Amino acid sequence: MSPERKKGPQALHGPGLELSEEVIGPGFENVSAPRAQGDKRRSEWVQLAHDAIGYRRTKIGLVLVLFVAVLAILGPLLAPHTPYEFTGLPYAQPGSDAVLGTDHLGRDVLSRVLYGGRSVLLLAFAATAIGSFLGITFGLVAGYTRDAVDDTVMRLLDVVLAFPQIVLVLLFVSILGPKVWLIVLIVGLTHSPRIARVTRGATLEVRERDFIKAAEALGVSRIRIAIGEILPTITSPLLVEFGLRLTYSIGLIAALSFLGFGLQPPAADWGLMINENRIGLIVQPYAVFVPVVLIAVLTIGTNLVTDGMARAMIGIERDTGAA
Amino acid sequence: MSRIALTVRDLRIELDPSGIEIDSEVSFELEEGEVLGLVGESASGKTTAATALLNFQRRGARIAGGSVNVAGREVFALGKPQLRHLRGGEISYVPQDPGSALNPALRIGTQLREVLEEHGFGSSDAERRDRVDEMMAEVLLPSDKEFLRRYPHQLSGGQQQRVVLGMAFACRPKVIVLDEPTTGLDVTTQAHVLSTLRDLARAHGVAAVYVTHDLAVVAELADRIAVMYAGRIVELGPSHDLFRGASHPYTRGLLAAVPVIEGRRALRGIPGYAPRPGRRPVGCAFQPRCSYAVERCETEMPPETTVSQTHLVRCWRAAEVSAVVSAASDANESALVGGDQEALLQVKNLTAWYGSREILHDVDITLRAHECLAVVGESGSGKTTLSRCIAGLHAFKMTGDIEFQGAPLSRHARSRPVPIRRSIQYVFQNPYSSLHPRKTIAQILKQPLDIFFDLDRDQREERLAELLELVSLEGSLLRRYPDQLSGGERQRVAIARALAADPTVLVCDEVTSWLDVSVQASIVELLVRLQREIGLCMLFVTHNLALIRSIAFEVAVMSEGRVVEYGPTDDVLANPQAQYTRSLLADTPTIKGALSDG
Amino acid sequence: MPPLLKVILRRTLLGLLTLLLVSGVVFAATQALPSDTARAILGREATPERLAALREQLDLNRPAIVQYGSWLGGVATGDLGDSLVAKQPVTALISGRVKNSAALVLLAALISVPLALLLGSLSGLLRDRGFDTVVSLGSLTLAALPEFVVGILLILLLATQVLHIFPAVTLLDPESSILAQLKMLVLPSLTLVLAVAPYIVRTLRASMIEVLESDYIQMARLKGMSERTVLGRHALPNAIVPAIQVIALNLAWLAGGVVVVEYLFNYPGIGSALMDAVSTRDLPVIQAITLLIAGLYVIFNLVADILTILVSPRLRTGLQ
Repeated sequence: MSPERKKGPQALHGPGLELSEEVIGPGFENVSAPRAQGDKRRSEWVQLAHDAIGYRRTKIGLVLVLFVAVLAILGPLLAPHTPYEFTGLPYAQPGSDAVLGTDHLGRDVLSRVLYGGRSVLLLAFAATAIGSFLGITFGLVAGYTRDAVDDTVMRLLDVVLAFPQIVLVLLFVSILGPKVWLIVLIVGLTHSPRIARVTRGATLEVRERDFIKAAEALGVSRIRIAIGEILPTITSPLLVEFGLRLTYSIGLIAALSFLGFGLQPPAADWGLMINENRIGLIVQPYAVFVPVVLIAVLTIGTNLVTDGMARAMIGIERDTGAA
Repeated sequence: MSRIALTVRDLRIELDPSGIEIDSEVSFELEEGEVLGLVGESASGKTTAATALLNFQRRGARIAGGSVNVAGREVFALGKPQLRHLRGGEISYVPQDPGSALNPALRIGTQLREVLEEHGFGSSDAERRDRVDEMMAEVLLPSDKEFLRRYPHQLSGGQQQRVVLGMAFACRPKVIVLDEPTTGLDVTTQAHVLSTLRDLARAHGVAAVYVTHDLAVVAELADRIAVMYAGRIVELGPSHDLFRGASHPYTRGLLAAVPVIEGRRALRGIPGYAPRPGRRPVGCAFQPRCSYAVERCETEMPPETTVSQTHLVRCWRAAEVSAVVSAASDANESALVGGDQEALLQVKNLTAWYGSREILHDVDITLRAHECLAVVGESGSGKTTLSRCIAGLHAFKMTGDIEFQGAPLSRHARSRPVPIRRSIQYVFQNPYSSLHPRKTIAQILKQPLDIFFDLDRDQREERLAELLELVSLEGSLLRRYPDQLSGGERQRVAIARALAADPTVLVCDEVTSWLDVSVQASIVELLVRLQREIGLCMLFVTHNLALIRSIAFEVAVMSEGRVVEYGPTDDVLANPQAQYTRSLLADTPTIKGALSDG
Repeated sequence: MPPLLKVILRRTLLGLLTLLLVSGVVFAATQALPSDTARAILGREATPERLAALREQLDLNRPAIVQYGSWLGGVATGDLGDSLVAKQPVTALISGRVKNSAALVLLAALISVPLALLLGSLSGLLRDRGFDTVVSLGSLTLAALPEFVVGILLILLLATQVLHIFPAVTLLDPESSILAQLKMLVLPSLTLVLAVAPYIVRTLRASMIEVLESDYIQMARLKGMSERTVLGRHALPNAIVPAIQVIALNLAWLAGGVVVVEYLFNYPGIGSALMDAVSTRDLPVIQAITLLIAGLYVIFNLVADILTILVSPRLRTGLQ
């Protein structure tokens, strides 16, 4: 088994000192002094969202994501044409009847852009959800059981990890054909080892903490400890990981469409549009440029939000001593 | 009279960028060869003050005013090159945790030599090599090639601290600042480091500022003591003046809270906790915890006043405080009885492994009903493993028997029958990690109630209120989260959780080692009271020999996985049989001497 | 046996085990799925004779485990089978492609790794200053972008709409050396650099910051060490260790990332060969290339593991 990826210089130091004296670090939280009293917090993810939104990058990211999401969801209602009708000559320049011109078959680019975002959003989200479910399950099992089970699970996941994500999808698509469910499933599967590693790492840290031992001493069942005690304390890293994987899912799903393995023609889909129209890039760039920019805006947005969450997480870990 | 080595005037340190005060009006002077004990609990600002002497602050804090003069040079006025020359040359620093202060990727020889090279000590490599040999000899370490080629992690904690100590003395500085240098060390190692330090400081006329939370550590070491609270020096004076005529209520409180090995007295904690920067009250910061407080204390910060020429105090009622009988006799004697109860829990021939290493060898102990047995040992003695075996939390191999009420106990808590599991409860060492950070206090306390009892809503609420009262916490805490509580409050919640199961045996594993001395005392007070009121049978595990007389009738001294001495506490302390117990007794720092004779 | 050698041997054996499992996945995904592989390759209209012939060629009539055994035996002896489309040995078919891809990946790695190490450590050092803000936001943004998006934006910027400096598609002259046609490599490798460097930058920045906050750096400063010693001797060597794994991971990723980039730029490497093979369902080629790419990952990882042990005294001496 390859060594833990999560090995920063910190891992080389032993556990913290017994009497941690005024940690006037960036957060100025003192371990022995209580938090503000009026501060009502519920579950960790609510607090994470609350703290993350305090960063300007999170706000910018949210605006970007919302812009693309609204465009993708409401787009079909605003589109002047259906995505399939031929409205002009191929690669017609932008004009009064086609604001962004036409594509390689003479269909309205604007309409196809407005219709083509739903698939990316939906498929990427589904793939991330599947990957998270699998990864968190594997990670919790591996991290909380350890020993032989841990070794086996992580070794098997290492095998998945050995394939670059896109290559694994191509491998399965080659014989089974470019089916949307297959792509979502495989993309989800390729995320799972990465999410499992994060989950396992966080679980390993938490399981050594005394509140888990306290629950064990009370005789709480293993599965309830995993779900009821461990999971709620590691939601921050998992949410950050979810954001990261969502960003990559969007890129992967779009890339697969771009390679011709996503939705098939004549469907309207951003990745597919880029592929179909790139030959006419010099003549009519909008059919490529607009979907490219929208994908870029979306992934940048999700990544900014994720980074905001990661920053908020560091603050939360310092407060609750989780790190 | 010797010359002044260090002068600190009106030092002020703030959080950056908020400008919230961490330390303020810190002033003192030190003569050559003099040792000052800078004593304070957490959040007192002692560490920030200590590093400020070298014109250093961690990210997030900055030196906002005042002056520090080392050997005639204004530290804050120095340019970068001169400052570099000063640090490690004229004034050096010994950090709290040598394990993380030594670079893990460099051999210790390299780290020692670089100090000499950087400061141009000695004119040749040969001369510097000689100096390294000399340094190592001074801190009682070997200086052969093999040793110098080791990496920090290949040394023990005590050896690491000696290396850092040697480094600090390398260029023969005028002043040395030590920031809790013995915190992570066992008492034996601590005693050796302290004596080495004392000898070196005396031999070379080095002035030392020794920062600590533990009055007992500086009692024998320091010539003078400065007590810090909430960023200010509240009392400053020669050691014996301070120990015998403490004039600040906080100093008095601290003295009453420090356990004394020689005499049994009830420990008394100080209520509340030290406020951190930004949350300090107006007026005297200690006033909310002070039994002497009057109206004036709430509005006006008391100025520095003199008790004697060398003894300063910062309290409006210093005169009244001084007039009360001295701190030493403040505390009452309390008597513990026992030895005649039936055996409740017996550990027989217990041998336990951690991985493939055997760490407990043939341990036998007996817990008697309604009595408290203390298990004392240094780190690695196996005391925590023993307590975890009893609680059913030991994850590795073990052999031998643990019998509860005459019947053998299952190894794992989970496989014990519910009534047994309920009867044996465990309180963890670290209150910062033993409470689920995402649950309210109510949720935490409900867990054992739901598992062990069938209560309806009202009964449960009633029981929760009862539990909080038992551990002297307010009912309003129920809706709070652990991180809104102080360390002492958290430990009380952890105790309440154990009591929620209505146990007959309570295993307390180093429950005070994460707490300030003043808070430690109130937790011990609480446990003594609980034992008396509920008649609990208790296993009190600790590394601090001084604590046990206050709480335990019997004691088992452990060393390297074996019980080396076992008997009534008074007998063991008065007349220790095992060599190990004797050296432990000798090495445990105490304020007894400082309190009584002059 | 010296402990270090023992660990290297152990790791290598584990790597081989992973490789074996990887080959199992490759085989299972292509030849052992519960579907008619021959029909999938030839399509619905295939005649029974052609189906039978293909089954014969691919050994599809024998039990899966036997097929796997003979395929693996072939791989071990360097025989990757014959391409179904080109009707010639796979090894001969892809060896030129492998060289082209290697040139591309190597160029990208040689630029991105040193550049990223420099930017990352500087950024961590100058934390929260202007330089750091720019680098951090830049790497955050670039890390978010899928490589084909980066590639297309580069094409728009440098090859078509704005400037016309570099060719948008690669037209390699197979007769002359690839080094003589560097201009063709610029856009594809630049795309790869922009896709990979941000991760290394972010890792190094984070570890640099962590190291600079550490007690031993504070100690070095309080010992009066010069800033050069503090950074060069105390900080950098410790900060770079965690980056080793990330660099290996990213180099391995490069091997996969070439698929999209080569397709986009029409670059004749293994990535575009894989794309072609997938669209023509040329099974032996697909198996060979995916196995090669996954094998590279295992090897890079192995090397990174061993390097990490060699440069961390605690791990290295822990072996003794």
